[in-house]
This record gives sequence, C-alpha cells and structure tokens, in this order.
Amino acid sequence: MQVVIIDFGSGNLKSLYTSLERAKKDLNNINIIVSNNSIDIKNSDKVILPGVGTYSDCKKGLESITGLIETLEEVVIGKRRPFLGICVGMQLMSTFGLENSKTQGLGWIPGKVVPIDPSSKVATGLTKPKIPHMGWNEVNLNSSHDIFNGISKNSYFYFVHSFHFICDLKDNILATVDYHQSLVSVVGKENMLGTQFHPEKSQLLGLKFLSNFLKWNP
Amino acid sequence: MLTIRIIPCLDVKNGRVVKGINFIDLKDAGDPLEQAKFYDKSGADELCFLDITASNEGREILFDVVSKTAENCFMPLTVGGGVRNIEDIRKLLLSGADKVSINTAAVDNPLFVKQAAEKFGSQCIVVAVDPKKVSANRYEIFTHGGRNPTGIEAIQWAKQMASYGAGEILLTSMDRDGTNDGYDINLTRAVSDSVPVPVVASGGVGGPSHMLEGILEGHASAVLAASIFHFGKYTISEVKEYLRDAGVPVRL
Repeated sequence: MQVVIIDFGSGNLKSLYTSLERAKKDLNNINIIVSNNSIDIKNSDKVILPGVGTYSDCKKGLESITGLIETLEEVVIGKRRPFLGICVGMQLMSTFGLENSKTQGLGWIPGKVVPIDPSSKVATGLTKPKIPHMGWNEVNLNSSHDIFNGISKNSYFYFVHSFHFICDLKDNILATVDYHQSLVSVVGKENMLGTQFHPEKSQLLGLKFLSNFLKWNP
Repeated sequence: MLTIRIIPCLDVKNGRVVKGINFIDLKDAGDPLEQAKFYDKSGADELCFLDITASNEGREILFDVVSKTAENCFMPLTVGGGVRNIEDIRKLLLSGADKVSINTAAVDNPLFVKQAAEKFGSQCIVVAVDPKKVSANRYEIFTHGGRNPTGIEAIQWAKQMASYGAGEILLTSMDRDGTNDGYDINLTRAVSDSVPVPVVASGGVGGPSHMLEGILEGHASAVLAASIFHFGKYTISEVKEYLRDAGVPVRL
C-alpha cells in the first residue's frame, strides 16, 4: 500500500513523515511518500494533507500546483480513497475559511472556519483566554470510529491553532475539545477524516492514531 | 481542559549538551538525542533546545541534532539561540523544529518577527524576551544573556512582539535566571496579562512550588525549567503530580 503526504510547501512534512514511518512499524508493506505529483497521488491508496500557517496561504499553496486540487478531488471524492487532513489540512476540507480574507475551501465537509472567540463564556483552565490554543488538551470522542481504536475517551493530543471548524452537520463531528468553548477536534465523513490536533506531535497516542489511519478500511 | 505545559530546556553547544541531565546513567550525557528521548519518555510536554554555539561551523551541527531529535521524539520541539534571519528559521523548521525562538534579532530589527510570522505562521514563531528590573516598576530588555541593555521597556515590547505575530512569548527573568529563587512573578503576570498569546515562564525555578506560583499568580501558560530536571532534583512526573494535587490541569 502506498500513502502519499501532499507537499504543497506548507509545514514540517518531515515530522509527519517520520512519525508515519514509526506508526507503520508493525504493519506490512506500507510505503510512505511525500509528493505533489498527480501520478504519485493517483497511484496512492491513501492521502494525507498536512498544513500549517493560514487558511488562505495554504489554499493558495494548493492552487499554485497545477492540477493538484483536481487530482485530490478525483482520488478522494471520485475514487473514495481514505483521506486524512491535519490542522489547516483539515480546515481546508470546509466550505470556506475567514482567516485573512474569505477563502473558498475544498468544500468536502460543509461548514466554515472562523476565529476562536477569546471572550466566550465557557472559560476553562487557569489562565486568561490565550490565542492560539496551544498545548495538550483532552479530546472528547463523540463516536466509536475505527480511527479511535485503542484510544481511550479523554486522551490528550497536541493542538496549536487560532481558528476552528464549525461543521454544518453534527454527524461530521467525530470529536470535540474544550477551550473556552467546545471546538471540533476531529471531523469525518465516509472515506474522509480530519484532525485539528497534530497526531505527529502527540507522542504515543498520536502514533496510535496514525497507525489506525494506516489500517483503516472505510 | 487545556493542560499547563512543562518544558525542560537543554543548552546545546557545538552539537553537544552542556547543560542537561547528569544524574542518570545515560550512555552519553552529552548526546542531545539521548537526553531528548529521556524527556520524551518522562512525559515532558515539549522540549526546548537553546543553542549557545558561537561559531558558524558549530551551528551547522545543530541542524543535524534537531533532525535526529525530530526523527525520534514525537513531541513539539522549540529551538532558540542565534536565530538571525529567515534562512536560519527555514533550516531549523526543515530540520524538524516545530517552533523557533528569536531573541537578539528581534531587538535589532522588530520587523523581522513580522516577516517571520507572515512567512511561516505565528504558530512557529516564539519571541524570547529577557527583561531585567531597572527600577521599582520598570523592566527593560537585555540581550546577550543579560549583558547588553537596550533601554526597551519589557511589557510594551512583549505586546509589540505579539502584535507583530509572535505566537508565544518565552519570558526569562535575567534577575532570577540561575538563582533557584523562583520566577519573577510580578513580571510574569504583567506580561501574561498584557499579551493575547501564551507566555512561557522561565528563569529561577528551584522546585515545583515555584512552578505553581508561575501558573497561579504569574498566569503563565507553560513553565520552563532546566537545572531542577537536569540534576535529578525533581522528575517531570513529580512536578506534574505536585501541580495536579494543587488543582492545576496537567497531562499525566
């Protein structure tokens, strides 16, 4: 099986690559590649879209590679191959985002990406509300999706983000996280998954999550 | 609930750890990777490398150190010390650092922070702020480990850096650094309450009670320490248990 990490000039692909290499240790015949080449992507069985920085820059990055979005749509929507978006890669699955300016997303999971409201009432933690939401936070699982196999309720994952995904459909919310308000932390729909947290930075549980993705057969 | 981060900091010179754990049976206590693995296993929430190398040759080794660490530790890694330009940041991020801490270069050219945040995103730009108390209610920024005064007022500076896109402030009291007397709480609170971004308290920790003060009274989002961990005075989990028992959310 081949898994492609989409390289569109965003983020630290190296840590994602090495953590996938580690996560696949007990699995057979998995080849991880980093590419933005449409043939590589079409030849891959699973697709991972990372992303750090801003929504608009990441979208521009995707658009700057000729045919990349079309290829992703063909493979993920057309051929329904398993897909994982991470951080801004997950946010890009939305209809649109409001970071910097209103930017159209991939439109795969209906909803919008908006700033975390620092003044919202449901304050948790000891500090005053800080943006970005940065650090280890408990993920509240809303579903028994295969991606959570071996991950107990209220496990900690590493987050760093200032914007969050508001899903139009409750069914697409697989997990949330509490930070002054309830935020979506994992989205899912059919063959697609997205995480607001960084599994590649979340130590053993993060590796478990990635290993579950490698094993996942939607 | 978001937990308070406990961050051990290692001083690295010419690719070797000069201030790190020296109480357990590490095969090579000077090897940053061994130290990083130890802290990874011990439940540290992030790791910080402070590069104190002076020479350019020595700095090249740092990229290799960061790269080996990132391949083996799946936790956030901040690297600081001697970051002068966009290319330095790019190389550190490509090597596997998650965040890069900028200090003197920000003082020399505050707009550098803005450029860096625009280029790489605020989430990976930390500004290290090193104040010293100069009078009853005034703190000023010093560079070069507290030797060089700049005349810049610390709280305004931290606010400016956050507005330029720093995603985090690493605040080290030059008066307390190395004393084991505890963080400068007034300074920590003044900065934490003035900036919208997380503040990491640093400088002066002698034990977990200082960390508790830094969090409850200083309003820090994370606490950094070096010597109390390196000399085995406390383990990460002892610190976390202490904080948990005092009602602070920690990841155990």
